[in-house]
Amino acid sequence: MNFVIPSFTPAVPEMVLLALISTILIADTFWAKRFQFATYYATQISLVVVGFLIISSFATVPVITFDGSFVRDSFGDVLKLFVLAVSFGVFFFGREYLVQHKFFSGEFFVLGLFSVLGMFVMISAHNMITMYLGLEIMSLAIYAMVAMRKESAGAVEAGLKYFVLGALATGMLLYGFSMIYGATGSITFPEIADIIASGKADTVVLSFGVVFVVIGLAFKLGAVPFHMWVPDVYHGSPTAVTLFLATAPKIAAFAMLYRLLAEAMPDLLKDWQSLIIMLSVLSLIVGAFVAIVQDNLKRMLAYSGIGHMGFLLLGVIAATPDGYASAMFYVVIYAITGVAGFGVIATLSRTGKEFDLISDFKGLNARNPWLALMILMIMFSMAGVPPFIGFWAKLLVVEEIIQAGFLWLAVLAVIAAVISAFYYLKVIKAMYFDTPEDASKLEPANSRLTIGVSSIAILLLVLGLLPGTMIDVFFNSLNVVS
Amino acid sequence: MTFELFIFYLLAAIASISGVMMITIKDPVKAALWLVLAFIATAGVWITAQAEFLGLVLILVYVGAVMVLFLFVVMMLDINLAILKEGFTQYLPIGTMVVLAISAMMYLVLGPERFGLEATGAPVVHSADYSNTKAIGIQLYTFHVYAFILAAVLLLIGIVAAIALTLRRRPTTEVRYQNIDKQVKTQASERLKMIKMTPVIEEPIKPKEEEEK
Repeated sequence: MNFVIPSFTPAVPEMVLLALISTILIADTFWAKRFQFATYYATQISLVVVGFLIISSFATVPVITFDGSFVRDSFGDVLKLFVLAVSFGVFFFGREYLVQHKFFSGEFFVLGLFSVLGMFVMISAHNMITMYLGLEIMSLAIYAMVAMRKESAGAVEAGLKYFVLGALATGMLLYGFSMIYGATGSITFPEIADIIASGKADTVVLSFGVVFVVIGLAFKLGAVPFHMWVPDVYHGSPTAVTLFLATAPKIAAFAMLYRLLAEAMPDLLKDWQSLIIMLSVLSLIVGAFVAIVQDNLKRMLAYSGIGHMGFLLLGVIAATPDGYASAMFYVVIYAITGVAGFGVIATLSRTGKEFDLISDFKGLNARNPWLALMILMIMFSMAGVPPFIGFWAKLLVVEEIIQAGFLWLAVLAVIAAVISAFYYLKVIKAMYFDTPEDASKLEPANSRLTIGVSSIAILLLVLGLLPGTMIDVFFNSLNVVS
Repeated sequence: MTFELFIFYLLAAIASISGVMMITIKDPVKAALWLVLAFIATAGVWITAQAEFLGLVLILVYVGAVMVLFLFVVMMLDINLAILKEGFTQYLPIGTMVVLAISAMMYLVLGPERFGLEATGAPVVHSADYSNTKAIGIQLYTFHVYAFILAAVLLLIGIVAAIALTLRRRPTTEVRYQNIDKQVKTQASERLKMIKMTPVIEEPIKPKEEEEK
């Protein structure tokens, strides 16, 4: 047996993160009584430290270590940085929400950090076992976070639903993995790709495995017809958790999609492309129409998220490096906008009042004009109205899908975008043109929250006006010269 | 048919039958027991395939620990079977159709044509001194050490999540808690307080005879 101890350097961010989580986990039991927010600050500092470590050792050339189970490349590093940034925003809004709703506890932050670690593992996974373990680490922490508010029947129901359906989906994914292993005899992504390219593997078994893998992926992304859990779980969970599970895990799920489909099975394109087209078309349609009838903002955003997944998948259907880069850009923009969208609910939520019905937003312009303006900007960015960044994200995926020769999909996507603009405008109409039931001034529980919402909303505008650099980051990370 | 093959078919049949029984039987306790039988039969299949370590671990961990714990939980819960079964027959026709369709497709893919001995080749037969445990250990602690540590992290999350979900701190108005910090820090002077009191002297009890007088 010849075993060489692998290089640990590429995995330093993950190792530091794990060490920090373990420290916070123990320290929380000591300092929680004396300093209420110590865990919160420690969590945010950990995210910043890990982010700094990634930037300082940014991978320009892919490095593979741990005998092919871990890869560090610029694609992964960019996504990890955005996972950190999004989680930072989630914890920022989450803290105030937890305090307002009286279930602030250190476990929320510790489990959140564990989930971030799981996302890191998924993003860096280079074989099927680590991919699966990363997915489980991420999901298990989120299942617990959803059900953490024990006195709320809705949250417990959402947690159970998410857990049972999530376990089923992971089972499907694992079954697909076993088929692919059975056909190729390998678990490492490039080896799988090589064996498939050499034509030695049985194509029927492979396509059978691909179907199950795609089902598992679609479930994690929340693409139709595997979306049934999305509205119920988003609605039932406390807003602080909805914020988290609607944003950062989608980035990790995209990374999983890319690693499995584009890196491990590029030669099975004809098998998975048609599946992804089906998922994408259905998601676009359901996301556009079902969201219209929702009167709860969380449910509405859940359906709009399903529609966004339809757009994201367009970039994957194109199956070119440009296509993947545009999908990557889309998922990150979606996550950032999602933090702002659900962050607004967390901002306006008060003890005993969720503030998640669209009717709650009636006449917000008269009650808090600045915040109403910020919500307007966020909704416009989600709808894809120029000059906000959401427009560029949609434009890029549609451009890629046209170049790949799917004109009908592009037309469908644009129609879906126009229809979905209707429900975003419904919120804006409620804020600006409806008379409020209660005309009193409305200030968020803490002025920090207004600053948080405003900075993300303004960021969406500034990025929309100067999108070049941001788009280049994504295209460069996949080695595409745009 | 060799004796080994006979054992394999026997165990495989037990595993399949108990699997079917487990999902069709009404009583959850009996279902759990059928699952135990399925585990034991599967462990037997693994041992015949010379994966004795995995077979024994399956029995020790799943049968010995997980399922016993699970049985305790099932026995303690008062499950109303009538509610559980509500709406079951309603979905039966469509469910049967889906199951048949999937099974047919799975048979087409997973049938002997692709996974038979001709396609995969006969399994490697190891000599008697071959240690399955050692082979797994070497793989686990060297090439798959990253995955191994991640699995440990996953278990840690399981612990944290279970505690976060079940620990209920009742308010101090309902229950009194020990304050350990305070208890440790106490000094002798705090434990025993000397209080000066004016002595209360009881009047001596009068003898009975005097009272009578």
